[in-house]
Amino acid sequence: MFYREAGDFKTSYVADSQTFPLKLDKVGFWVTMMVAWGVIPFIITDYWASALLVPFLIYAIAAIGLNILTGYCGQVSLGTGGFMAVGAYACYKLMTSFPDVNILIHILLSGGITAAVGTAFGLPSLRIKGFYLAVATLAAQFFLVWLFNKVSWFYNYSASGQINAPERLVAGFAVTGPASPAWAQYLVCLFFVTLCALIARNLTRGSVGRSWMAIRDMDIAAEIIGVNPLRAKLSAFAVSSFFVGIAGALFFAVYLGAVEVGEAFGIQKSFLVLFMIIIGGLGSIFGSFAGAAFLVLLPVALKIVGVDWLGWPTDLVAHFQLVIVGALIMFFLIKEPHGLAHIWGLAKEKLRRWPFPY
Amino acid sequence: MSADFLYGIEVVINGLMAGVLYALVALGFVLIYKASGIFNYAQGVMALFGALTLTGIMSGQVPFAHLINATFGTHIHNFGWNVPALGAIALTLVVMVGFAWMVQKFVFRHLVGQEPIILFMATIGLAYFLEGMGDLMWGSDIKKLDVGLPQGGSRWIEDITAGLGGDDFYGFFIDKLDMVATLVAAILVISLVMFSQYTKQGRAMRAVADDHQAALSVGISLNYIWILVWSLAGLVALVAGIMWGAKSGVQFSLSLIALKALPVLMLGGFTSIPGAIVGGLIIGVGEKLFEYLIGAPFLGGATENWFAYVLALIFLVFRPQGLFGEKIIERV
Amino acid sequence: MLENQTLAPSDGYVTADGRQIGGVMMDLRNITLRFGGVEAIKDISFDIREGEIRAIIGPNGAGKSSMLNVISGFYVPQEGEVWFNGTKRPPTKPYQVARQGIARTFQNIALFEGMSVLDNVMTGRLRQMSSGLFSQALWWGKAQTEEVENRAAVERIIDFLEIQSIRKTPVGRLPYGLKKRVELARALAAEPHLLLLDEPMAGMNVEEKEDMSRFILDVNDEFGTTIALIEHDMGVVMDLSDRVVVMDYGRKIGDGTPEEVRNNEAVIDAYLGVSHD
Repeated sequence: MFYREAGDFKTSYVADSQTFPLKLDKVGFWVTMMVAWGVIPFIITDYWASALLVPFLIYAIAAIGLNILTGYCGQVSLGTGGFMAVGAYACYKLMTSFPDVNILIHILLSGGITAAVGTAFGLPSLRIKGFYLAVATLAAQFFLVWLFNKVSWFYNYSASGQINAPERLVAGFAVTGPASPAWAQYLVCLFFVTLCALIARNLTRGSVGRSWMAIRDMDIAAEIIGVNPLRAKLSAFAVSSFFVGIAGALFFAVYLGAVEVGEAFGIQKSFLVLFMIIIGGLGSIFGSFAGAAFLVLLPVALKIVGVDWLGWPTDLVAHFQLVIVGALIMFFLIKEPHGLAHIWGLAKEKLRRWPFPY
Repeated sequence: MSADFLYGIEVVINGLMAGVLYALVALGFVLIYKASGIFNYAQGVMALFGALTLTGIMSGQVPFAHLINATFGTHIHNFGWNVPALGAIALTLVVMVGFAWMVQKFVFRHLVGQEPIILFMATIGLAYFLEGMGDLMWGSDIKKLDVGLPQGGSRWIEDITAGLGGDDFYGFFIDKLDMVATLVAAILVISLVMFSQYTKQGRAMRAVADDHQAALSVGISLNYIWILVWSLAGLVALVAGIMWGAKSGVQFSLSLIALKALPVLMLGGFTSIPGAIVGGLIIGVGEKLFEYLIGAPFLGGATENWFAYVLALIFLVFRPQGLFGEKIIERV
Repeated sequence: MLENQTLAPSDGYVTADGRQIGGVMMDLRNITLRFGGVEAIKDISFDIREGEIRAIIGPNGAGKSSMLNVISGFYVPQEGEVWFNGTKRPPTKPYQVARQGIARTFQNIALFEGMSVLDNVMTGRLRQMSSGLFSQALWWGKAQTEEVENRAAVERIIDFLEIQSIRKTPVGRLPYGLKKRVELARALAAEPHLLLLDEPMAGMNVEEKEDMSRFILDVNDEFGTTIALIEHDMGVVMDLSDRVVVMDYGRKIGDGTPEEVRNNEAVIDAYLGVSHD
């Protein structure tokens, strides 16, 4: 009885197409925003930031990016790790070549560079579909990791091949480098998450989003009724890579501070983000958040249970993580292929009718 | 003949042998894909798991030792016995069949009719699960695999061919293990092809690959065929695991074989057995030749990581269904 | 009722019930279409006049849907020419053909199952929407006003086809008859000059067929849309169409008014059969 749409009539098309048509949803959203912006920065600790919140926000951006490409437009990509690497290395080169420019601009530019690279790697999608495309994106993944390993210009000829993020300030506060406080890191990531989610929401409810979904659902029919497949697919690659590049740049500069391309951006990363959007829900922005939260939280939870409570050695817990993540993927795919977003939607529908059963 | 040219030939021969092994792994994929439309990403991990189980049985390891010790504070590791190679292989095969049965019953039976991407994701989940299981059961340290296969370069071939190229040429260096692997792989490939063409089960498999409904209507049990197919894939995985494991030890990187098979499938088509073979050979030779001629001298080496993919990609752009795959005629 | 042969391409005429038929809009000349060794369409020529309802009939496998695919630009014929509005059309990509004002429905429903009815019909408006990626990303100005305008247009079509109550339903959940109607709505949303309908009545009962016939006639009447339809129900064909083309095994075996075609020997032998009274 609290959460209902009876009596809630919209009188204009603008009102009808808003993001949160139900009042309680809207209120919930604004409360979350207020807590995220106004409360958490003051109470956040280093542990919470580095273990949970910062990676969650960053992966949420990557998940939204991949969801646009795979969930909305139906182009399976296994190259997310490689594209995050592009974002990270672009950011590194920009930071070291133009040290006086604000890092926020660098991050946005890294996103743009990744968008260009992503579009180029997306060209095969015009001829190749389905699995074949997924394997083609693997080519991108392996090639990019090799590239950033081999061509020493990318890591400024350093002996170790690692890239380190120099300290940068925003409004007088360090956001990168070892001296940056947890809340500053958190706020930078939150800023980009909000920006990306907003853009994603706008795009997916307009004609661009509909073209993407049309290509996903029936690409031949889509073309016959007027969708330009080149434009649609390449724009999906571009927008998706823009987000993934930003995530990669943040992952390197704000979260890790130092990165070795093979470990940080290998194929495991591509799978991780893919799992996030599957568990979270393909074709759903909320799902991207849910999946990212789930897969960031899970290893931490397992470690607490396994190491702290049961006293097991960490490698044993790591093995268990693999078993549980694998089992969960299969379980979700069997029971709820539409992910947490769908489960959430069903819960809300039940809530709409509460206290009546139907 | 110049030494360089002869070295080039050696590269080609090695490439062909690597190609046969790729073809073997790719076959495992083709079998499952043809019969059920599932692209089994876990094929590589199945090879690793098979090899781990084999070494575990052979050296009498206690399964889940690490876990048992951590929970109960015990220190057991081995049963104390050693199982001879052939017996261990037979036992491992039983395990692989059991695995096939479980996978079919608990996972893919419930996913019938789902879209291909969902099935693919499920096999990635399976890969993670199996990898973790393998680690839990047998431990993640590197194991040495010794089933009595000959190792090292063949001195005999080296000596015979030494005279061919003048003083600079030391004879073809061809690893004995590679030769055995090629032989075994070739035998397996031929038997699989014969099995699928000439036996009743093979025919049933092909029927299921063609059309599930039609196969059901003539009384073929889909479940049984799928278990059969996964078991065969498990056998192929075990053989690949043994070959690779004997060469470089049983460790995680074994599971990355799957990633090598993918370009083979792209080239040969996902549904073709001859395609897997030809594709494997092309990729094997192409990869080694590229590294020898261009990769090592000009690009800093290690191009084998990605060249196969780029080769397959270029191929796909011109022929999206691969060499032998079914031509996709789109109808509206 | 007039014969094809005596009417010049550019002349129009008025039908018995007062509808205005114009000059030739779509002219297919000597179309031959092959798939590997199979000839799906063998040297077929016919035309479609502006404002008329043209039926394409024939047994299954005759090549009718392939013909529509040629008109849509999806299949490129190995021989022959397609003339649209008086000019020869070079091999054109399907989405460009759509932008020229040709819309269609499909034999096996080709709706976008992941989207709602409203979104599906909105995809038909792509011809009319031009705001770019950046403007949509920021959702300002043109992007928003365009969305609202086109929503209004789509709502008019939804009213016309009486599917208001299901506009937010995901298309996958709808029964077959309603899906067909949504497909028609999507095609109409493009405000096409030429509407191609591939078996619009397939699988419908008598009532649904009557509804659909009424809609088709209304579309032709109110919007002046030229319609080419493939249909098996002879009653519908005879009632609705101005002219009929008959195909069999990829060849044209009849072309004329419904009356002429009904009495054509070749057509009777191949397709219609003789009634047993």
